[in-house]
Amino acid sequence: MSDTALLIKNVDKFYGPIDHGVHAVRNISMDVKKGEIIALLGSSGCGKTSTLRMVAGFEAVSRGTISLKGREVQTFAPVRRNVAMAFEGYSLYPPLTVKENIAFALKSSKLSQSVVEEKVAYIAKLLEIEDILGRYPSSISGGQQQRASLGRALIRDADLHLLDEPMGQLEPQLRAVLRGRIKHYIKERGLTAILVTHDQTEANALADRIAVMEGGQLQQFDTPQMIKERPANLFTGTFVGEPPMNVFEATVSGNDSTVAFGLNQGVKLEYAASDFSPAVREELKRYQKVVVGIRPYAVRRSEGGVNARVSVNQWLGDQTHIAADFAGGSLVLVEHDRTDVAIGDTIAVRLDPASLHVFNGEMGEAISHGLELA
Amino acid sequence: METTSTLEKSLRFLALSLVVIFFMFPIFWIFLMSFQTNETILQIPPSIVFTPTLSNYAALITGKLTTSAGTLDIAFMRNLGNSVFLSVTSVALSLVLGVPAAYAFARHKFRGSEDIAFTLLSFRFAPPLLVLLPLTQYFQWLGLSDTYVGLIWVYQLICLPLILWIVRGYFEDISADVEYAYRIAGHSWFATFRKIALPLAGPGIAAAGLLAFIFAWNNFVFALVLASADKQPVTVGALAFVTSSGIQYGQIASAIVLSVTPTLALALYAQRYLVEGLSLGAVKG
Repeated sequence: MSDTALLIKNVDKFYGPIDHGVHAVRNISMDVKKGEIIALLGSSGCGKTSTLRMVAGFEAVSRGTISLKGREVQTFAPVRRNVAMAFEGYSLYPPLTVKENIAFALKSSKLSQSVVEEKVAYIAKLLEIEDILGRYPSSISGGQQQRASLGRALIRDADLHLLDEPMGQLEPQLRAVLRGRIKHYIKERGLTAILVTHDQTEANALADRIAVMEGGQLQQFDTPQMIKERPANLFTGTFVGEPPMNVFEATVSGNDSTVAFGLNQGVKLEYAASDFSPAVREELKRYQKVVVGIRPYAVRRSEGGVNARVSVNQWLGDQTHIAADFAGGSLVLVEHDRTDVAIGDTIAVRLDPASLHVFNGEMGEAISHGLELA
Repeated sequence: METTSTLEKSLRFLALSLVVIFFMFPIFWIFLMSFQTNETILQIPPSIVFTPTLSNYAALITGKLTTSAGTLDIAFMRNLGNSVFLSVTSVALSLVLGVPAAYAFARHKFRGSEDIAFTLLSFRFAPPLLVLLPLTQYFQWLGLSDTYVGLIWVYQLICLPLILWIVRGYFEDISADVEYAYRIAGHSWFATFRKIALPLAGPGIAAAGLLAFIFAWNNFVFALVLASADKQPVTVGALAFVTSSGIQYGQIASAIVLSVTPTLALALYAQRYLVEGLSLGAVKG
C-alpha cells in the first residue's frame, strides 16, 4: 500500500458548461501523504472550498482525477469514499441533540454502545462541549455548533478528514487552545486531514504543508517555513505573513561591483555585488522591471540608511508597528520595544540584502530570496 | 396606570370581538340555519329564536328530500364520499409525484429545470373553463370522462403545481450541507432524502398538502363538466338543492356544515403538527 492518501491530478472545476462556465479551479495537482495535515489557504472565492468539495464528492470534477489510497474516486458517490467532513455551516441535524449528532457519525461503523459513549465523551472533552451534549442545535451558539460539527467529523475513523473553516466562529483564546489539541488528536491517531482556512495563523499552526490558492490556481504547496522564507511568487509573498511583506517596484541596474534597485521617487537601494551570488546576478540582468520585497520584521533602522517619514506608530502591547512613507509607498516595520518616534519624524532604514526577496515584475514569480544570496 | 391598562385591555377585547364576529357571523348563521326549516329561515324579520330541528340532517343522510312538490332523491352522502375520495387520492398522488420533483428542482439545476417548473406552475394560470372544453373532447376519446381516474388526473392541475412550488421552497431553505453531512457519513442519496430532507421539510409538505386538499375539496367546475351524478363531489351535488319548488336553504346550510367538517378537522389536526414541526426545525443563526 502506498503512503499517498490523496492524489489530485490536473483537476479543473467549471460551474456551468466545461470551458464556458465559471472556471473555479484551474488545473490543480497535489498529493497528500498518509498522516499529513494540509491546509488550503486563500481568500474567499479562491477555489479552496470547491477543491475540498470535489474531494468529498459533492461537486463533480470537470476534468482530471482524484485518487484516494491509490483508487480513482472522482466518479464515486460520497458514501463510497470513506471521508469525513466538518462543514463551514455546521450542518448539524436539527432534530438530534449534540450528542446524538456526534454519535450519529459512528452509526454505520457497528461499534458497541459503550465504545460509542466513550468516544463521544472523549471528543466532547477535547472540544469543551461536554456541558451541551444534551442540547439541540437550535439552542446553542454558533461556536458551539461549530465544535459539535467538528466533533462529528473527527470522531470518525475515515481515510481522510476534510475540515472546512473548522474554527472560524470560535473565540481567539479557545481557538488557540483547540488548535493544539486537534493537531495532537489527529497526529496521535495517524489521521490525514485537509483543512480549508483563510486564517494563516491556523494554517501555520496546524498544517505540515500549506497549499496557497488564488484565482483557482495553486500558487505554492510547501511547508509553512518554506512558504514564509521562499515564497514562489509575489502573491504568496504578500498573502502569507502578518503584517504583509513590503513590496516596491524597482528597476535593476549595476556593474561588476554593485547591484542597485531604483525605486520610485528616486530612492535607490545599493548593495555590493558580493551580496548576491553570481547566479542571481546573472538572473537579475535579464529583467528590467522587478519587485523587491522585505518582511516588516526584517526592516532595521540604522544610521546611513535610506530616509523614510513616519506616518503611523502603533504599540500593540508586545510589538510596535511603524509605517513610513517610502519610495512613493508605505514601508511597515515591526520592532519589539516601544519606540518613541513621532509621526512626521524622519527615520533611516536599512533593507538587508539577506532578507530581500526579488520577484519578476511582470509575472510575479520569485527570482531570488535573501537566504540563498551570496 | 392600572385604569389605563384595563381600558386598553377592554378596548382591545372589543376590537378583537368585532373582528371575530365579522368573520364568524356567516358561518355561525349557516350553522343556525342548518337547524331550521325553510319557513323559519325565510321569515321576516329573521329571528335567532326558533325550535331546532334535525330534519335537514335527516334528509341529507337518508337521501330523501321532501319538498312541497313531492319527495326527491338526493345523493348527498355519496357526494360527500366522492369529495373525500377525490380530494384524498388527488393530494396523495400529487404528494407522491410532487415532493420528489420539488426536491429535484430545489437541489439540482439541470438543463431546462426552470422551464419545466414554470410550465407546471402555469397550469394554474389558465382559466379552468378554457382548459375544460378541449379536455372534455379528449376525455371522451380516451374514455376518461365520468371516471374517478379522469377526475383525479384533472385534479392534478390544481394540486401538483401548488405542492411542487411550496415544497420546493422548503427544500431550498434546508442547508444542502446537512444532507451532505449525512451522505458523507455513509448513506446513499435516497436514504438522505428519506431521513433528512423529508423530515426537515415535513411542516412544509403538510402545509402544502393541506392547502392542496382545500383547493381540491372546493373545486367545482372540473367535476361539474367532467363527472355525472354518481361521481360528483359535494360542491356540485349542492346544486340539487335548487329544486323546481324553491331553494332548500335549510338543507344547503346543513350540507355546508357537513362538508366543511372534514376540512376543518384536518386543518385543526395539521395545525398542531405544523407548529411542532416549525419549532423543531428552527435553527439559530
